[in-house]
Amino acid sequence: MKLFSAFCLGLALMVPVSAMAAGDAETPPKQQWHFSGPLGTYDRAALQRGFQVYRQVCSACHSMKLLSYRNLEDLGYSEAQVKAIAGEYTVTDGPNDEGEMFDRPALPSDRFVSPYPNDAAAKYANNGALPPDMSLLAKARKNGPDYIYAVLTGYEEPHGDTHLLPGQHYNKYMAGHVIAMAPPLSDGLVAYEDGSSTTVDQYSRDVSEFLMWAAEPKMEARKQTGVKAILFLLAFFGIMYAVKKKLWAGLH
Amino acid sequence: MGSGNRQPFDNPVIEWVDSRLPVFTLMNKEYGVFPTPKNFNYFWNFGAIAMVMLILMLVTGITLAMHYAAHTDVAFSSVERIMRDVNFGWLIRYMHMNGASFFFIAVYIHIFRGLYYGSYKQPRELLWMLGVLILLLMMATAFMGYVLPWGQMSFWGATVITNLFSALPVVGPGIVEWLWGGFAVDNPTLNRFFSLHYLLPFVIFAVVFLHVWALHVTGSNNPSGIEPNGPQDTIPFHPYYTMKDTAGLLLFLLIYCIFTFFMPNALGHPDNYIEANPLVTPAHIVPEWYFLPYYAILRAVTFDTNLFLLIGLVCAAYLVAVNLWFTKKPENCPVATTFKIPVLQDIPMKALEPLMAAGAVLFLGIGGMIAFMPDMGMAKMMDAAAPVLVEAKLGGVLAMFGSIAMLFVLPFIDRHPYRSAVFRPWFKVAVLLLTIDFFVLTYVGGKPAEGLYVLVAQAATAYYFAFFLVIIPFLNKFEPRVPLPPSIHQYVLDKKAKKKQKSDDYMNALKPEAAE
Ligand code: HEC
Ligand code: HEM
Repeated sequence: MKLFSAFCLGLALMVPVSAMAAGDAETPPKQQWHFSGPLGTYDRAALQRGFQVYRQVCSACHSMKLLSYRNLEDLGYSEAQVKAIAGEYTVTDGPNDEGEMFDRPALPSDRFVSPYPNDAAAKYANNGALPPDMSLLAKARKNGPDYIYAVLTGYEEPHGDTHLLPGQHYNKYMAGHVIAMAPPLSDGLVAYEDGSSTTVDQYSRDVSEFLMWAAEPKMEARKQTGVKAILFLLAFFGIMYAVKKKLWAGLH
Repeated sequence: MGSGNRQPFDNPVIEWVDSRLPVFTLMNKEYGVFPTPKNFNYFWNFGAIAMVMLILMLVTGITLAMHYAAHTDVAFSSVERIMRDVNFGWLIRYMHMNGASFFFIAVYIHIFRGLYYGSYKQPRELLWMLGVLILLLMMATAFMGYVLPWGQMSFWGATVITNLFSALPVVGPGIVEWLWGGFAVDNPTLNRFFSLHYLLPFVIFAVVFLHVWALHVTGSNNPSGIEPNGPQDTIPFHPYYTMKDTAGLLLFLLIYCIFTFFMPNALGHPDNYIEANPLVTPAHIVPEWYFLPYYAILRAVTFDTNLFLLIGLVCAAYLVAVNLWFTKKPENCPVATTFKIPVLQDIPMKALEPLMAAGAVLFLGIGGMIAFMPDMGMAKMMDAAAPVLVEAKLGGVLAMFGSIAMLFVLPFIDRHPYRSAVFRPWFKVAVLLLTIDFFVLTYVGGKPAEGLYVLVAQAATAYYFAFFLVIIPFLNKFEPRVPLPPSIHQYVLDKKAKKKQKSDDYMNALKPEAAE
């Protein structure tokens, strides 16, 4: 039993340690999110604000190819609102009866319209740097939302020995401290309707939460199912353990 | 299985079936009344747990395959569709993803149990070897499964690992092209990996069947390592172990569910959420955590093995062989006794020893210098005289596969008559160190191969192989043999008495104070 516990403890300590990969940039500070913790949920108001920031700022360069406009109903928008949002974008459809491609307003079932027709165009427009697709960004980086928030608020004057080329900026949380994205946010850039403060810090928090939702839209269902599963297993384990104890007590 | 001496069942339907096909009799014999040592600890849970994980992987895997599309153009987005649009797709996928990790955790603990309690020894050698085969098949399956989502780590992991085969002389590059089905990891590779990833779990299932069959021929080992020799040593499998295994299984599933539901990506790599891109190499290519020990061994061989190093190794091996592998009495030679080979009695092996010792020191010294410090003046001078025989890459591949091969032949290396580490004080230390060594290898396997990490990996690799090739043979010969209890029953009684003695001593120590 002693050996067994020691073994399990060793294993338990091992797993998280080995899962950590090496990184060179500064570790982003841990943030408290509305969705943090085993019971955390998304804050709909923050998600809507974050979407607003994405739509008015980031979407000029970053695509979000895995999302459809209908997914926005998760943020608390009504069907009509989603339809209206989609309708502001234009997609190419077809061919029609005459064999021609045609433009039409986007529908809720359409994927988010990308800012550039392809990666080459995106690079060409951004000094050769590719703005990554944002659908999964919050899961595709270590410390996901903390990292995105940190990058957005981590711009600084270049430190001593860093050499910046034209179009490059100093950011303490990027690997190598160099980023090819100009600071996308500034105070007052996006007009919030709910009275939240319009600072870079607030924008960054909101858009990070929105990006977490985009990457993991089923997080709430997952946690809720998880709580039920854990409670069930705990109760069942308790019963079986008692059964085992009682049964074995008769042995010698 | 003969239905001749079958006990009739009361239930007429069961009796009707059983008299025609005695499945109920079989189940009752193998899982009902099956006499099982009464002193299992919770380590004996993990076979059953591994079985449940295998079934869980099959069920979730088949469900995923209903929605997955194995084409490089759509594989990544088809997985995302499962996560976003398929009903409970996120659940199925996270269960499969974390299930693989927990399957490996269960099997690694299961293997540790076998090592520690000597379950690999006679008469369970074949049972153990089937187990190692299962481990190999699991590794192949998991490796190919990880390629399917077609993320960055899928692609680059597949590229790095398949490229290893190019280190094989002559046939290497051909094998790699054959594996790829082209000149790089690409759509044909993804397609065949999907096909094989679907196939192999069923092969595993078949081997597990043989594994369990073999188990039911020899019966289980137990913590004392002493064979049961009477009804006082055993209890029926049901209800005692069915209930105990269920309790243990539920606890294991509980931890599995904590990962699956609350930190589903903690054991994975974030880069696999970026779609595969042959033009962008990730900063660090790391395999899944359960491959890290072997990956560390692979990368520990950073040096070319030159002629001198090889001669030195042969000399050292000669010394180890003469003094440890082969005992004075040739009938104790493991190879000879296993395969009934006649052994030449009186080769003057001893006489060669001083020569070999000198050879080992000299050649390992010079060869090692050329291999590890190629820039030193001496090494440069000798370089031409010592051609490279095994390049670092090939050496690493050989070491990696060798590490599994060691497990495979372990039953024939370890000739000590006792099984359990409980009665082998020296072996106990060695095997616990091997366990720590495995953790160390896991750790350095996940770190970049530079600086101190390389040295640690090399030292840990050296211990890993020394355990099998030097320490176990040494223990065969020199480990003292303390007397064994006559039976499992007596072992359990002794253990209980010892425990009682301890608590009595404790109480007695307390008593005078209480009296005051
Ligand atoms: C003018 C175009 C442009 C806009 C607008 C823009 N970005 Fe970027 N972004 C880029 C480019 C280009 C890169 C690639 C930088 C690099 O690779 O160094 C990038 C990179 C990033 C990264 C780093 C990703 C990584 O590789 O780790 C984050 C995070 C990010 N953007 C977030 C945002 C957010 C949030 C917004 C909206 C508030 C935004 N960006 C708006 C062009 C833009
Ligand atoms: C798919 C993976 C595996 C499954 C499903 C499986 C299943 C089982 C089961 C159900 C048992 C009986 C219960 C027990 O003793 O724990 C068992 C016993 C055993 N297994 Fe496995 N096993 C697997 C992998 C392995 C591996 C990889 C090894 C070793 C390398 C191994 C070695 C053994 C040995 C030696 C026994 C007999 C143990 C004893 O009685 O002491 N197994 N296995």
